[in-house]
Amino acid sequence: MSVTDDYMKYPIRGYGMDHDRYDWDIMFRRKPVKWPNDARVALWITPLLQWFPMDMETKPVAAPGGFNRPYPDYRNYSHRDYSLRVGIFRFFKLFDDLGIKASAAMNSAVGERYPVVVDEINKRDWEVIAHGVHMGCMHYGGMDEKLEADRVKECTESLRKTTGQPIRGWMSIGKSESDNTPDLMAANGVEYHCDWANDDMPYPFRTKNGDLIAMPHTVEIDDRAVLLGFHHREQEFVQQIKDQFDVLYAESEQYGGRIMSINLHPWVMGHPYRIIYLKEALQYILGHDGVWSATGAEILDAFKAQA
Amino acid sequence: MPVSLSDPDIYAYSPYNNRPKITWPNGARVAFWVAPNIEFYETHPPPNPVRQDMSRPAPDVMFYAHRDYGNRVGVWRMMEAMDRYGVRGSVSLNVAVCDHHPEIIEACVERDWELFSHGVYNTRYQYGMSEAHHRELIEDVIETIKKASGQKLAGWLSPALSNTEQTLDLLAEYDVLYTCDLFHDDQPQPVKVKKNKLISIPYSLEMNDIVVYHQINSSPPHQYTEVIKRQFDQLYEEGAENGTVMCIPLHPFLVGQPHRVGPFAEALEYITSHDDVWVTTGREIAEYYFEHHYDNVVAAQSATAGE
Repeated sequence: MSVTDDYMKYPIRGYGMDHDRYDWDIMFRRKPVKWPNDARVALWITPLLQWFPMDMETKPVAAPGGFNRPYPDYRNYSHRDYSLRVGIFRFFKLFDDLGIKASAAMNSAVGERYPVVVDEINKRDWEVIAHGVHMGCMHYGGMDEKLEADRVKECTESLRKTTGQPIRGWMSIGKSESDNTPDLMAANGVEYHCDWANDDMPYPFRTKNGDLIAMPHTVEIDDRAVLLGFHHREQEFVQQIKDQFDVLYAESEQYGGRIMSINLHPWVMGHPYRIIYLKEALQYILGHDGVWSATGAEILDAFKAQA
Repeated sequence: MPVSLSDPDIYAYSPYNNRPKITWPNGARVAFWVAPNIEFYETHPPPNPVRQDMSRPAPDVMFYAHRDYGNRVGVWRMMEAMDRYGVRGSVSLNVAVCDHHPEIIEACVERDWELFSHGVYNTRYQYGMSEAHHRELIEDVIETIKKASGQKLAGWLSPALSNTEQTLDLLAEYDVLYTCDLFHDDQPQPVKVKKNKLISIPYSLEMNDIVVYHQINSSPPHQYTEVIKRQFDQLYEEGAENGTVMCIPLHPFLVGQPHRVGPFAEALEYITSHDDVWVTTGREIAEYYFEHHYDNVVAAQSATAGE
């Protein structure tokens, strides 16, 4: 099979990006950012609170941690449900002990089904980030526009109702988007997203409905990706967290404030044998001067306040 | 040369224990080169009849943004580490980067890094190209690199390692010196072509960051340090008897992540702290080999084959 002459044409070959969502830019050449109290590194932890319906759709795109086994799949359903019954409570306790305020990325179905968890989040002033309706409601290229618009609306409205929070941030499940997703975020009052893992600092992101800020949410320092995806051991994950922090911390000396993003799933890291490693990694980070435990909204506001 | 469906017949058999002795400048045992892949992926690439890289329908934001990190952030961290140990890069370059991100090319040229071809975009493969298309591609690359850097194209790594039956013959015809598409040896090797001459230079799958981090064992960053050091140790020992080549191919969106760059720098420090290592570029290896060794090797291989 051969390609046509069109294959040798490059209509977007020119300066900058091949789309208009954001400008081409080099992180190390930007004006240094100053965090509150001259903090060097903002520690931004995002536990994902997810509901995996047994009959979840897995095509054309499957959620990370999604499953597709013969019905009724008690095994996987209950394994993920550990998150909201047990795992998250280990996170609450650990983060309380360490003085960490997190940003919980929540499916709106979780907000509706687990009011106790919502209460515990609000008691602690944790932020809630919109994370889709549930793990079978993916966003993906070419999806029906009305279906997607309904999903974004349902998710944001429901979370605002169940949590009472403004819901300023959005994290698409699996960072999977259609061409329209950012426009829908902005149309639904979202101010920042966590979907484009192409930077270590925030930057402006254009949509048809006004600008958002793209926040540097990690794909790499992620318990599911590292332990379940790469099959690294827990000690190796801890080492990666420490090494990540060390480089960001060192860079902050010359380049200004940095952000350390850690993405966690209570159904992964909330197990008894793993929470101990998480504690080690977080204690290491917090043992340094100039570490600011912050929510996404707090980091966003500090970033926007730069002169 | 005849090409069959089973055996490409593009090089002669040459047993490792019976070869003319290769020496490198100043009696070096190992020619060491580092090949960063500086790439540009299209958000909405045209379809290719043979290959599709992105697992999600376009826009595959996760895939695209992760790679975009390489240009915004990763390449700068990687460059800083290489500068520290006096290692010039031989850049496997999607030449569209010369148009989209000339600042990166400027930084390479400032450092006297080699620019060699990795096609135009990483989303455009050689599969399915006619001879005319393939010539157009080669001419475009030669011209673009010349314009951006003044350099004459010396090397070629096909995007996604996608070859046609004509690739190697065409490269030789256009005076390209070396191909990186072959993984059959730890020394440069003559390649059978219709006109002119061509050699393969050891590039690498085994030492390639994307292969080590994501494929073979999905290794954690410190394990990459270990495999690089052990590869070097063995090639260094063998190089005393017959000069070897060691290449570390890199992808800035991976090795330039904060948790990976430190362990990588440690490997560079290890290698460059040894005597008798020629820290060099692909072009320099090819030129030296053509000047001092190519004829002997071809003669020895003909004698062995009884041709």
